[in-house]
Order: sequence, then C-alpha cells, then structure tokens
Amino acid sequence: MADQERGGVLAAFDYLDSIVDAIHELRKAGYKSLRAYMPYPDHHIEEALGHGPSPVRVWTLVGGLTGAATGFAFTTWSAMDWPLVTGGMPIVSIPTSVVIAFELTILFGALSTLIGLFILSRLPYVKPMIVYDPEFMAGRFGLYVPASGARLDDAWRILERHEPVQITEDREGAHVA
Amino acid sequence: MATVLEETAERGAVPHPDITRYSDVNRDILAILGRPGFGWWALVVLAAAGIALLLGAWGWQLYRGMGVAGITKPVGWGVYITTFVFWVGIAHSGTLVSAVLFLFRAPWRQSIYRTAEAMTVFAVMTAGLFPLIHVGRAWLAYWLFPYPNSRFLWPNFRSPLVWDVFAVTTYFTVSATFFYLGTIPDLAAAREQAVGLRKKFYQITSLGWRGTDREWHHFSKAYIYLAALATPLVLSVHSVVSWDFAMGIVPGWHATIFAPYFVAGAIFSGMAMVITLTVVLRKVFGLEAYLTTKHFDAMAKLILMTGLIVLYAYLTEFFMAWYSGEEIERTSFWQRLFGSYWWATWIMLVCNVLVPLMLWFKRVRHSIPALFVISIFINIGMWFERFVIIVVSLATDYIPFAWGVYRPSVVEMAILLGSFAWFGFWFLLFTRLLPPVAIAELKEVLPAPMRRKGVAHHG
Repeated sequence: MADQERGGVLAAFDYLDSIVDAIHELRKAGYKSLRAYMPYPDHHIEEALGHGPSPVRVWTLVGGLTGAATGFAFTTWSAMDWPLVTGGMPIVSIPTSVVIAFELTILFGALSTLIGLFILSRLPYVKPMIVYDPEFMAGRFGLYVPASGARLDDAWRILERHEPVQITEDREGAHVA
Repeated sequence: MATVLEETAERGAVPHPDITRYSDVNRDILAILGRPGFGWWALVVLAAAGIALLLGAWGWQLYRGMGVAGITKPVGWGVYITTFVFWVGIAHSGTLVSAVLFLFRAPWRQSIYRTAEAMTVFAVMTAGLFPLIHVGRAWLAYWLFPYPNSRFLWPNFRSPLVWDVFAVTTYFTVSATFFYLGTIPDLAAAREQAVGLRKKFYQITSLGWRGTDREWHHFSKAYIYLAALATPLVLSVHSVVSWDFAMGIVPGWHATIFAPYFVAGAIFSGMAMVITLTVVLRKVFGLEAYLTTKHFDAMAKLILMTGLIVLYAYLTEFFMAWYSGEEIERTSFWQRLFGSYWWATWIMLVCNVLVPLMLWFKRVRHSIPALFVISIFINIGMWFERFVIIVVSLATDYIPFAWGVYRPSVVEMAILLGSFAWFGFWFLLFTRLLPPVAIAELKEVLPAPMRRKGVAHHG
C-alpha cells in the first residue's frame, strides 16, 4: 500500500543483541525495508537484515580491467606512433608496458571503486537529517521501520519488547531515502 | 526468540581495558580536536619558518639555476633524490598498516592506522616536491606526464623514470582516496560535536554520512577492495623507485635484489616514523588507553623483522660484490666502507643494523622512551642508506679519472630541512582537524554492549 511507505518509527538501542533480536522479529512479522543505524559496521546486524554481496566489487573489477587495457593500449600505441629504434630492441616492449598497465589497473580500479561506493550508498546525502540521532555516531544502534496505521502500532510493540532507549514516531515519512 | 550471537574473539586481539563504552571513544578522540594550545601554535610557527626556508632556498635555486645545488659531474643525483626516496619510503609503512594489516586482520592496527595513513599521504606529498626541485625548471614539470603536445611526442615508456611518475602519482591518488574514505564515518562523528565553522567543515567533508546499514554495507566492501588494491601498489611503488637505480648499469645499483631490498627498507623506515609520531601523539594528547605498550610491541617486532631483511640485503650486496670477482663492483663496495664517504656508510650500519638489534629484548620493546630513541636512529640511518646507495655509487663508477666527491650545498641542506617542516605542518593540521585515532574502526575491536551478559565478544 502506498500509505504504508509514508511514516514510520525509529528506535534507538543501547545493546547490540537487542537490535539484532528486534530485526529478526520484525522481519518475521513481515516488515520490509528496515533501516539500521550503527556506529561501526556490525556484521550481526548486516546478516540479520539479509544483505547480499555488495555490487561495489563489479565497479572495482571493471575499473581495474579498464586500467590494465588503457595501460597496455597507450604504451603500445605511443611507441608505434613514434618509433624509437634503439639497438635492435623491440619497439613494442611488453615488460615496460606491464609496469604502466599495473599502475593504471590500481589507479582506475581504486577510483572506480570510490565512484561505485558513492553511487550505491547514495553519498553525498544532502537532504536534512530528520530521522536521525547524533548518538548513532557515538554508541547507539538505530532501527527505522517504515509503517503506518495499525502496522505502525504493531511495530512499536515489537520494538518496545526489546527495551529501546527511545522510540520516536516519524509521521511525515521524512526518512524515505 | 532471543538470538545468540556467535563467539568471534579474534586471535591476537589487543584488549583496551580502560575503554568501557563506545561513547568513551568519541569523547576521548574528539576532545583532541578542541582548541589548540600554545604548544601547537609554537610548532606551527616553527613549521611555517621551515617552509619559508624551503621556499626561500628553492626560490634561490630557481632564480640562480641548478649551480647553487652541489650536484654536478659525476654525482648528478644527490640530496634531492636521496630525500625523495627517503620520503617515499616513509610513506610505505602507512599503507602497510592500513591496507596489508587490514587484510591480514591484525586487530592491533586499529589504534594506529589513521596516524600511519595520514603520514603516508603527507610523506608522498613531501616526496613529490623533490622531483620538481630536482628537475630545475619546475614550471616545465608537466612534461613528465603524457599529454597531447604540439608534436605528438610521448614519454619513453622504456625509462624507469617514467614508470616512477606513474607509480608515485598513482600511489598518492590511491592512498589519499583510501585515507579519505576511512575518515568519512569519523568526520560524521566529529560533525555531531562541532560548532560554528568547524561544523560546516565536517558537514561538507562527511558527505552527510548517517551510518545506515546500506552505507556501511557498501563502505566495508569498498574498503576491502581498496585495501586489496593498495597492497600490491605499495610493493610496486618502491620496486619501481628501486628500478630507477637498478635499471642503470652503475656499479652498486645494477642488482636484482633491489626491489625487495627497497620495499623492506621502506617499511623499516616508515614503521620507525610511525613510532616517532605516535609516541609524541600519545604523550601530548594522553592517548595511553588507545596506544598501549602492546601496540608498540607489535610495531617494534615489525621493525625487527624488516630490519633483519635489510641486514640480509646489506650482506648479500657486499657478498655478491666480492663473490662476483668483478673489479669495478668490488671497488664500489670497498669505497662505501673505506672511501670518501666511509662515515655515511658507518652511520647507516650503526643506525640500521646495530641499534635495532636491541629490539630483541622485550624490556626495550616495552619502553616507550627507548623505542622513541631507536626510531630516531632508524630514521637517520635510512636517510643515509639512500645517500650511500645513490651518491657513493655515482661518485666512484667505472673510470677512476672521472671520480669525484660530492658535497651537499647549503641550499640542498636547507631544502632537506624544510621538507621536514612541510611534512610537520600537514601533520599538525591533521591532529587538529581529523580524528587521529579511527573512531568507528576502534569500536570493531571493543566488546559489543550486550543486554544479556557474556553472549559475545566480537571482533
């Protein structure tokens, strides 16, 4: 339902096991698009949310391969464009191209990983941070459940059972991102 | 139903008994970013004076020409190239700590890696000055890069010097990227406590990081891939730097051992610089809870290991010179020990071989003042190592008639001194603007807060 995506509830937890339990229970109850906030990447939470492998790796691979191809192509082409004949040595020299291709593999791979990360995690995030708590940067874990009406009340009850420090309702649906 | 989180206590984990809660980390580390005291300003003034010295000496050289530097026939590479290799070498252990130890899951890296990584970026920035200074006409330095010029001439890719351009610029770009990426979550943490202009700075640089699961999910993976790219990069960069020499046929340079020898030396010297810097940081900012003797013990062991590789490389060099039976090669190494530059070689041997042997003793490894002093010795020794390799080899090559003695000029020494000020200036700025200990990553090695006690100690 359309109105289900508007609004939701945000809970802050002090304990790691509380939020992991809450995620499990909410997912069992059929809640989708849960969003967790954490002060460091915790794999228990990521596993509970059921994240698949991140597509960042495709960016790394494609960037790296592009770099390697560029390195070989550029050194080969520029050597043939203006041949430097020295002592019968080959004009197109593989060993020297390897060094350039290697460095460009790393350079392109790294930059493309960075771009991929920015696109996938939608950074920079410039909207106002409404459903957010500065404590998430220090020691608290956050869990946002998009829901409204009776579903919101249910989610509220489930969250309450896991002793959150704080629960706030987000009526406007400001969080949708 | 309650989940039981699995036990994942990591092997070799370094406990931080004095840090109990996650928010303590934010409190302690972000407090460093507060108002700088008198000491900091005094150091900034000192650094600014040093940079003025550097710019003055360089300006004088640009105005008068390369004649004001001591480099001439037969020694065309002197203090500038020595210092370039020195700073590139310093950079390497930063990447070792941040990328290689990350891939090897060494949990003791968390407290020191931000400092080490900052050191890497600033050291490459310092090293990057030296080719510009050395080429003389610095305003034409863009000739080093391939670009479509009027006659469509391209660099000669058979030259190791061109490889070096690619290696060092890639190294700077990638290590700066890696450094910035790792800092984003901590900049967000700083954003929440800062006020005024500082808050604006952190708001912009943290890119609106909120620590959501999606951000972290991609971030952690991107971080692994960047570490996986930086690891072979760090090995390649100093290999390429060593090939600047090894590809030449100068006696004392033309050796296959050079690449691993230089990489080990780089990590050896860089680790020493990390110790020098972290000892000061720990003292000044009271980070005893974060930088424990166990961290220093681990760093000292790395120095000991790479120091032994360096010793092995020295022995191999001398042995091969003797064993080859080549008169010229033998003479070159004889000149190192007993020639005009005997003092440089002996400083190198004492600082790099004898002094680090003290690290075999646990008492020395656990004494912060001792480590500090040893690290200074190694820094000096490694500068002289590059000086010996570069200058002695060039001063006494094939024809005795062409031999000469190189004396560094005042301008060269001023620029060398100024390079430390330039590095120090960036580092001082770093300690006040960026959290010098990785806040988010440190939390990964702290025990997670649990409602039900004793269910997990995660890594």
